[in-house]
Amino acid sequence: MSVKSASRNPLLVLKHHLHAACAATALLLGAGSLAEAADLNALIWCDHSDPALLQPFEDANNVKVNVKEFEGTGAGLAIVEQSQPGDWDVMVIDSIDVPRGVEKGLFEPLPEDKLPLADLFPQVKMDGSTVVGGKRYGITEKFGYNTIGFNKTKVDPADMQSLASLTSDKYKGKVALYDYYLPVIGMAALAIGKKTADLTEADLPALKEELLKMKANAKLVGEVTASQTALATGEVDILVGGGEWVTAGLAKENPALDFSIPKEGAVLWSQSLAMFKDSKNKDMALKFIQYIMSPEGQARLATSSCYWGMPSNTKAALSDDQKKVLRFDEQPGFLARAQSYPAPNADLDKKMQDMWTEMLQAK
Amino acid sequence: MSTAGNRTGRALPRASDALPWALVTPALGWTLLFFVLPFVAMGLSSFTAHEGGAATWSNYSQFFANPAYWQAMVNSLQVTAIVTVVSVLLAYPFAWILAEQVPERWQRLALMLAVLPFWTSYVVRSYSWLLVLAQNGVINRALTGSGLISEPLQLANTRLATVTGFVHFFVMLLTLTIFANLKQLSPSYRKAAADLGAGPVRTFLHVILPLTLPGIMVGAFLTFVLCIGDYITPQILGGNNELLMPQLVMMQIGRRGDFPLASALSIILMAVVTVAYLACARWLKIERT
Repeated sequence: MSVKSASRNPLLVLKHHLHAACAATALLLGAGSLAEAADLNALIWCDHSDPALLQPFEDANNVKVNVKEFEGTGAGLAIVEQSQPGDWDVMVIDSIDVPRGVEKGLFEPLPEDKLPLADLFPQVKMDGSTVVGGKRYGITEKFGYNTIGFNKTKVDPADMQSLASLTSDKYKGKVALYDYYLPVIGMAALAIGKKTADLTEADLPALKEELLKMKANAKLVGEVTASQTALATGEVDILVGGGEWVTAGLAKENPALDFSIPKEGAVLWSQSLAMFKDSKNKDMALKFIQYIMSPEGQARLATSSCYWGMPSNTKAALSDDQKKVLRFDEQPGFLARAQSYPAPNADLDKKMQDMWTEMLQAK
Repeated sequence: MSTAGNRTGRALPRASDALPWALVTPALGWTLLFFVLPFVAMGLSSFTAHEGGAATWSNYSQFFANPAYWQAMVNSLQVTAIVTVVSVLLAYPFAWILAEQVPERWQRLALMLAVLPFWTSYVVRSYSWLLVLAQNGVINRALTGSGLISEPLQLANTRLATVTGFVHFFVMLLTLTIFANLKQLSPSYRKAAADLGAGPVRTFLHVILPLTLPGIMVGAFLTFVLCIGDYITPQILGGNNELLMPQLVMMQIGRRGDFPLASALSIILMAVVTVAYLACARWLKIERT
């Protein structure tokens, strides 16, 4: 929406004023909890709130990291829009959504020469999303797979090498679907032999048919905690969309949980760090990003209490046991078979979400 | 003694006139700041497009054009109606026993025990129900262990689970409102009915029930409002096997940040609550005449 069109529309002008008033009120009320200028303010996912990750950085730099958790890029960007410029210093964001922040003029280019880009797994640098107009705005810090998570004592691990098993009668009522439309639609695409990067509106009917087959076999469709709980408690034996992010953190308590990369492939997810253009503390923000990308920071982030995931830095200081749980040494093979996260444009994104809604409502 | 105001024909405000306004101003300010202002912002937002541009009805038309969106409203109304009716049917006898059968000195303790579930977190309580209703949960273990069933029933992640979680909470709320109503009833109503030859059933149906109806309606309306707008219980216990309106609203925000559509859906939900209120208010008014 252009500034010109907004200024002509009295409804939008009033709405902007009201938003500003609401934001000002929220800031006034939240002043006590808002950071002081010397602090670092980070919009994060739950894996960054682990004290084991933050405290070493805070101690080393004599800084307090104030974190605000959010789920979903839309919710995160809404928080930024309702804040004052400069309130936030860094943000964790889906790698495929870095361009959304750049389009809104939120992010600062990152100095590539001060980041360990050469140490990253090449497939997860995601330059198609993290580099915009020749400038790097995001750096991938963690990744993993939306694939098949399962209990290997309850299902035949050989069956888990094919996505066809997810819709077979053999596992009817023993399946949970991860409640996030993009990765599971990506898995449906793999199941019908489509490449996730090439999905168009014309593919939606076939994708919907595959999703409905999955739903017919599923006992529940759950967000992170619900689907993880269902798998861990034996409510279901298979989680469609699960992966190391579900099973690795529970490996000690429940070593029967595992994940596979089926022959059709898996969907690669990745999260990036970005710095805000209006940050008042850019030096500290860069230090934070450098810390997270360092071998020590990467190991702590990868094994965060909220969820585990693969560190994007190949030199992450993980123990042998941690590497084994994350199947670190198998990554080159996994990455070769993984396909990119679906990154639809706004119109297709809306249609995909509506298709997901229809799937959820199907009896 | 005349005042300047009297001489000019204009009454000056007296301190006693200003006092009520002074007292009510904080409440009005609170309502303005935390209800009216956000509500107006939400209303305006609902008439904008996600991509920006001129004012539009498109968010509302999407709701009426998409059967999956409609279904969310139908699901919400069905679940809310079931929860409200079941909660009233369970709460009334419970409140009656508390008010009429439990000795006065034990009523306070009984009430405290009745509201014990309110002391725990809503989220924790919902997850507790999930553990009770799960495939390996308390109920299925008891049923399979006793040999009544051979395979566990699917109780969790169903509408039944959602309704159970809601009813557990709202029975307590309704019990409190109905109990308060029953305690306000003078015993002379029952004596008068008995003097006129009415038996216990007739006295209940024609005297007690009509007099406690306002309490039932207040509790039922509160149940309706809290239930239809709740996101946590269906999300945790329903297993997303069907969507309710609050879940549909949240879905628009997560990734896409479509606040205009979420606002429109919220306004529609609020309109339904308003209709329910008007229905209750009208009904209660008839009762009073």
